[in-house]
Amino acid sequence: MKATVHVMLKNGVLDPQGEAVRHALGALGFDGVEGVRQGKVIELDLADGTSEDDVNAMCEKLLANTVIESYRVDMT
Amino acid sequence: MKAAVVVFPGSNCDRDLAVAFRAAGADVEMVWHKDTDLPSGVDIVGVPGGFSFGDYLRCGAIAANSPICRAVKAHADRGGYVLGICNGFQVLTETGMLPGALLRNAGLKYICKTVGLKVETSQSIYTEGYNAGDVVDIPIAHHDGNYFADAATVERLKGEDRVAFTYTDNPNGSLGDIAGILSDNRRVLGMMPHPERAADSGHGGTDGQALFRAVAAQLTTA
Repeated sequence: MKATVHVMLKNGVLDPQGEAVRHALGALGFDGVEGVRQGKVIELDLADGTSEDDVNAMCEKLLANTVIESYRVDMT
Repeated sequence: MKAAVVVFPGSNCDRDLAVAFRAAGADVEMVWHKDTDLPSGVDIVGVPGGFSFGDYLRCGAIAANSPICRAVKAHADRGGYVLGICNGFQVLTETGMLPGALLRNAGLKYICKTVGLKVETSQSIYTEGYNAGDVVDIPIAHHDGNYFADAATVERLKGEDRVAFTYTDNPNGSLGDIAGILSDNRRVLGMMPHPERAADSGHGGTDGQALFRAVAAQLTTA
């Protein structure tokens, strides 16, 4: 059993790394990129019976800082 | 006055902070991140700069969940004093002891230089050795010092006179030029600049000395 956690900076929080990537893409001649947001993906190998609620609790407690980040959990 | 300085794996300003406390007259005890209790009689806890746990996940996030941080939070909840510097400030925001978060510097670069800091309030044991409006020279050394909080929080901090220091020339994109903030009971201070690196004439500047001396004066007579 696996969970994939996507952590992104919230909308409205400046993402200077995403901006740097956008500039770099422009410098490479990719003109169609209007915005880049950079986040992280965390994969968890879970014991059977671990619930999505458990993973949400992990996100709230440690994996995301909800002051600045939002998260999404995919259970597979 | 008795101070405890927390040591995490990756802390690198812990001894500097201890030296600055001792120079001001404090007894200092170092405490390890796995300790579950602070030494008895501790007046103030210093959470030092560095790269606790390699800055993995987010700066300060792993440290904030270490056993000693539960004891530090309990100390603050009892009305104890806590000073978090640089990575220590990041740890204090991650624990929720101070509002907001520290983002990557707007210019993306690690910055290590002496900056001008404006003292915004003298109403705390940390800043009463200065006058509000004073500009002091204190070094910064950080990659993630860009203070962020929602607009309502920043307004509340300003309205409650809880912004301790601002940058005179914002180096990192911090909202409101904020370099350091106080808790609502004014006993917890988090700041990105390093007063312990400007606390001895050998450092090339001594503008940070007044912070440690004021703390020691208050907590020794208390």
